[in-house]
Amino acid sequence: MLKNAEKLPTSRRRQVAFLAASVFVWVGAYRINGWVWNHLFYNLFDMTPTAKLTETVHFFFFDLVKIGLLLIGIIFAVTVLRSYMSVERTRALLGGRREGIGNVLAAGLGVITPFCSCSAVPAFIGFVAAGVPLGVTFSFLIASPLVNEIAVGMLFSLFGFKIAAIYIGAGLLIAIVAGWVIGHIGAQRWVEPFVFETKLGGQVINTTSALTFNQRMQMGIEEVNSILLKIWPYLFVGIGLGAAIHGWAPADFFAKYAGRGNIFGVVIAVGIGVPLYSNAAGIMPMVQALHEKGLPMGTLLAFMMSVVALSMPEMILLRRVLKPQLLVVFIAVVGTGIVAVGYLFNALLS
Amino acid sequence: MIIKVLGPGCNNCKTLERATKDAVAELNITATIQKVEDYAAIAGYGVMSTPALVIDEKVVSMGRVPTPAHLRELLTAALG
Repeated sequence: MLKNAEKLPTSRRRQVAFLAASVFVWVGAYRINGWVWNHLFYNLFDMTPTAKLTETVHFFFFDLVKIGLLLIGIIFAVTVLRSYMSVERTRALLGGRREGIGNVLAAGLGVITPFCSCSAVPAFIGFVAAGVPLGVTFSFLIASPLVNEIAVGMLFSLFGFKIAAIYIGAGLLIAIVAGWVIGHIGAQRWVEPFVFETKLGGQVINTTSALTFNQRMQMGIEEVNSILLKIWPYLFVGIGLGAAIHGWAPADFFAKYAGRGNIFGVVIAVGIGVPLYSNAAGIMPMVQALHEKGLPMGTLLAFMMSVVALSMPEMILLRRVLKPQLLVVFIAVVGTGIVAVGYLFNALLS
Repeated sequence: MIIKVLGPGCNNCKTLERATKDAVAELNITATIQKVEDYAAIAGYGVMSTPALVIDEKVVSMGRVPTPAHLRELLTAALG
């Protein structure tokens, strides 16, 4: 696939034809997915559709293809669209903003700016040294992994518009409030001093506005490759667990232990989610299966958010620029926000 | 020619370093390739998304690993 990326068509007409053909193949594969596995397991292998083993195996293969196709489509589309934004542009938009409106803008930009959490530290230094207020910088850094477009796309495809919209709204709210709080407790004293002393030199090159559409498509293909390569183990484990839950867990198993009746459900979900380090896409099959077995959506959204927003590797990275006190505040504020969102939506969606 | 690969050691940074070495060898350029891993130094170049490539103190690419063809283009352009 990577090798083909350099052979993309160059004329506008061929580009359109290429995209149309890709969409056609994608939709076709998505459509026949269910039929293929039904036919294979029920007719060719003569398995009983209602047997637990059949249900588990069917769910696994059906979901593997379905989630795989969704990921390919969503990652490609998101990458091409996001290639029109860049961290540099976002910083320029945020420079000189006041707290408040700045937090709102930063959270929104955090969602649409292409950003890898591995760049969290240089971006943090770049923002702060350029005079973007600390709290506003945090709103950006929190929103970016928390409201992940790929997760939004998956939620939309699997659960519909309402859940996807709730996820975006809740994530933005957490990023805005958490950034605002951090901006108002004098957190400057907990930032490593070298950040403020860094002199920004070098001319800022415009990395994204001069790209041709071909280069953007190529970036999309590369991104699909690199994300799938990175997350496939999580995907297999996630779909495997999802399939096991789907086939073997009694219908009300989770509802009984972690459902609406259990007031600690959300806290437990967040407690499990924080140490888990996975990609939002990797845990989606599990979220789907758990929802089917009666876990309320608020608890699941909180679980998802805690997996993507708070992770050990990112904390270790951020420790280079933040003192431990601020890291603790960061985890506490974001964690509290996620728990609050979980309870709020469990109450609202019941 | 002095080429610097900016990045704290993520996977993409290693990929970029390897790709740059390949391209330099292919084009027969005499160049020293250095890795810059210090955050303050990286930020000093105005770079906020890694990995980035700096040729003779000029940032020519950041935020992604350029394709081999693009990398050769960048190097040839820098040669003069």
